[in-house]
Order: sequence, then structure tokens, then C-alpha cells
Amino acid sequence: MGKKKKLSRGVAIVGGGLSKMGLFKDRNSKDFFAESYLEMLGSIDKGVDPKDIDAIYIGNFTNDFFVNQAHWGPIISDLVGHVPKPVTRTEGACASSALAFREGVFAIASGFYDIVLVGGLEQMSKRTTEEVAEGLGTAGSPYEVAAGFTFPGVFGNIATSYFAKYGTNRETLFNVTIKSHLNAPLNPKAQFPMTIRDFMNARIEKCRQKGMPVPEWKDEKDFLRDVTVNPPIAWPMHLFDCCPISDGASCLLLVAEDIAKSFTDNPIYVAGIGQGSGYSLHATKNITSFEATKYAAQEAYGMSGFTPDDIQFAEVHDCFSMAELIHIEDLGFFKPGEGHKATAEGLTRLDGPKPINTSGGLKSKGHPVGATGIAQIYEVWMQLREKAGKRQIPNRNLRVGGAQNLGGTGGTCTFTILERR
Amino acid sequence: MNDRAFNDHSYEEFLKEEKIMGSKCKKCGALALPPRPLCVSCFSQDLEWVQFRGAGKLVAFTSIVIAPPSMAKEGFGKNNPYIVGVVELEEGPKMVGRIAGLDAKKPAEIDLGVALKAEFIKTDPAPDQKTYLVFRP
Repeated sequence: MGKKKKLSRGVAIVGGGLSKMGLFKDRNSKDFFAESYLEMLGSIDKGVDPKDIDAIYIGNFTNDFFVNQAHWGPIISDLVGHVPKPVTRTEGACASSALAFREGVFAIASGFYDIVLVGGLEQMSKRTTEEVAEGLGTAGSPYEVAAGFTFPGVFGNIATSYFAKYGTNRETLFNVTIKSHLNAPLNPKAQFPMTIRDFMNARIEKCRQKGMPVPEWKDEKDFLRDVTVNPPIAWPMHLFDCCPISDGASCLLLVAEDIAKSFTDNPIYVAGIGQGSGYSLHATKNITSFEATKYAAQEAYGMSGFTPDDIQFAEVHDCFSMAELIHIEDLGFFKPGEGHKATAEGLTRLDGPKPINTSGGLKSKGHPVGATGIAQIYEVWMQLREKAGKRQIPNRNLRVGGAQNLGGTGGTCTFTILERR
Repeated sequence: MNDRAFNDHSYEEFLKEEKIMGSKCKKCGALALPPRPLCVSCFSQDLEWVQFRGAGKLVAFTSIVIAPPSMAKEGFGKNNPYIVGVVELEEGPKMVGRIAGLDAKKPAEIDLGVALKAEFIKTDPAPDQKTYLVFRP
């Protein structure tokens, strides 16, 4: 790689908001965005005059398809009283809003703007599950789509390759799911604020009420082995390996570093940002890695001067349980083939040495695709400000965190490193 | 053959003729399947067609239970899962495709590395006949 890329002017996050995740058919994307925007305004310790916001960047994957409405930029500009100032929509599949974040950072770093609102939104609940799958499928590789691949199918391929390469099996993925669902009940925004144990108890209770035979599962893994409650989607991906369909929106207020303290005494700084692109399955050299993530990570590490060991915690794009293992290896947190062992040993739990997806991750927090990138960065920002409530990482010295976002089947990946100084 | 453009359309036309054709960079020798309009290893535009035998081994797969609309139309789904996977050809490049001849209902019993050979399958003639590859042991 060439020279280390630096921002010519520092950028800080001074406010943020995230709508409650879930399925809200009687509301629309404007409602979700308004919810996150109002939270953002209230989160800025010394306040911001919305009139001072220079520009907006908004990520959205395909509301064009999901709700038959494209061109979300001016809708959001109108909603928050930003007209006639500029707004730009970014699209990078499930990484759409991480691209909005990056454009916002560049716009400030260039010196052109001082205060920029970045956000993301998606409404998926208005379509049937099959239609949503079809819509998401448009972000896949044309060769894979033609062969009959689905998104879970691509990660199923990655999983069978990973298992053979590193001598493990489906059971190791249970640890990812169980861990994500341990964090979700601690997050009031989560779509599924339930542990796997909660799912088991709910099922048992339902059977009791209906007078059906009560299932006896030894433990969480035994529950996940049961195909009557965890049916296959695309081997070895089962229902509980896959993130849900969600509605939601997210936003952050970015300002130039030199004015950050006029908004808050506790700005969180953008230490490094990276973005990469990737091949589809047939063209990639290594099926158990995403070159886009590795490139993005190199860029972000180079810019920040941090190493993987310096990243104390991270949000990673766990659209499928398998994906989380790939990401924590690609980001250099664990060696190739060691991610599953680290997860099994509890190293990535909230109270472990490298907490991953403290929000509950896409799996249990929810995944409104266009909102996800900034929702992840929001979580890192919350943790660094020690505002994460019950899911606050029990480390009084939290200083550096990261967020990795993936679009499509690895075609677009970003890595963002935030720092509290 | 040499005057065909190095693109997806030519690749599909060759499939109709029951040939698996990719591009080879005359400068660095890099192979591309499907063909590419330029070499992405050395960026040379000096390319030639090369035929692949269609023999390889399974390096990744899945058995899909929840089928997309296109596959559901063919009768695949919950009670009739199907396998798609990645095949590494003898010549080096990999292909994605449908895998037949392995039990999609018992994916846990499928081992990677199994030798596969491509077969040309033709869709209904009307309105627009296509040929696609299926790999089987």
C-alpha cells in the first residue's frame, strides 16, 4: 500500500441519535429519521442551532424498491428544515450510511464545511419476506444471483469453506448468536431484547398454554440444534444465524475538530476511516476473508496510528453469525481461523477483553440496512462517552473503538476508528 | 472466435455452443472466467480466448432451503432444497454454480474436495433459451 492517508483537518462527533429498531408498518422513514434526529439534537451538551448545519449526507440502500420512493435526500432536508442547503444520498448496499459518514468526514476535512449531519434510513417492513430477500438480492453478484445463490447462501458457502479449512463445525456459530443475544436485552433500542434463554422460556410457556408437549432442551446450544425452533435457511445458516428484517434510522453530527469543544466537553474524534471494495465469491482469492475489509482496515489503522490490539472494542457487520468470525479475523483482532475459538472462550463478550457488538449486533439489535453503518458508529460513540447504560463496557479506561460495515456480499466494506482524547 | 468481445454476452453465447470460454492475458498469463475486457493483474488489453475443461473440485457450498423466486419457480424450496457452490477448476479460476448429484437434504454429510464436472443445461426454448452450467460428481 502507498503512503498513509491522513485527514487534512480533524473531525469530531458531537451528537447522535438512533431510532428504536423493529417493524413499524404504520410509520415511515421520515418518522424513523425524525426520532433519531431529535435524539441527536438533545444529545449535544451545549446544543446546536440547526441553521448552522452546512450539509447533509444520507445513506439509503433501496427504499426505491422497499417503499417505491427514491431520492431521499430532499425528503430529509425538508423534514429537518435544511432546505435550500445541500443534501447528498449515498448507496453502498448495507454499507450505505458508512459511506455517508465518510463523505461527511471528507467534506469537513477538506475545509469546505464545518458542521455536517450524516445519517441513514431504511424501511423494510412494507414488503413480504420474499420481496425483501429479492430486494436485498439486488446487491449480490450477478453471477451468484444467476446461479441461484441467496445472501444466506453466500455466507453458507463461506461457512462450509471456513469449517473445512479450520476443522470446526456449525456448533461454533452458536457461540456468536448466544453472545449477541446476551447484549441485546441491555440495549433499549434493540429489536429482539431477548437472550436465547428468554426465547427458550417463551417457547416452553407457549407450549404449556396450548397444552402441547413441553420441549426439554439441556441448554442454549441444545435449543439452537433443534430444527423445529431453528430451521435451516441455507446450510449451515439457520434462522438464528441470520439478522432480521428491520425499520430504522440513525444520525450523527460531525464538526471540525477546532470547534468541537463549543458543542460538548466530550467530543469523540474520528481517528481513522477506511473503505475498500471486493470481489464476489468466484473471483476472490480467499473465500474466508473479505479483501474490502482488509483494505479498509489498513487504511484506518494507517491513518490513526493504532494497531488491532489498540482497538478495545468494536461493532462488526454480523448480518450472519459466520460474518462476525470473518470480520474479527480480517480486522486483525484474532488470527485467521482463531476467531471462532476466541468467541467460544468468551473473549468477545461484553465483559471480555475484546467486546464485539455490545449493541447486540445486527442479529439482535436489528438491521435496517441503510441505517446500519451509522447505527454501528453511534454505538461506538455511546460507549466512548460512557452513555451506553446497562451495556456499558466495564472498563474505566475506554478510549478507542471501531466499527466495521459491510455492503452486499463484501463488495463494499468500511472500518471507522473513533477515539476519546 | 477471436473477434468476439471479452464480456458476459460472449461468455453466454459460448455456453450455448457448450464451451466454457474465458480470457487469458497475453502479457502476464492471468486467466479470467467469465472473461474480462482487460487484465486486472497487469492491466494489459492484449487478450485471447481460452477454453476451460469444466473439471474441478468443490471448495465451498450451501444447501438452500429458503429459495429466491427464480428458484421457487423451478420447484425448489422447503421440501426440495438445492445446492449451489464454488468450484475450483483444474486451470485455476473458480466458478459459482449449481451442484447436482449430492444430497441437498443431508448437507452435513457433504465433504469439500469432491471432484466435479460441468454439464450444459438448456432452459426452455421460448422465449429466450439460455444455457447454464450444473456441476456434478
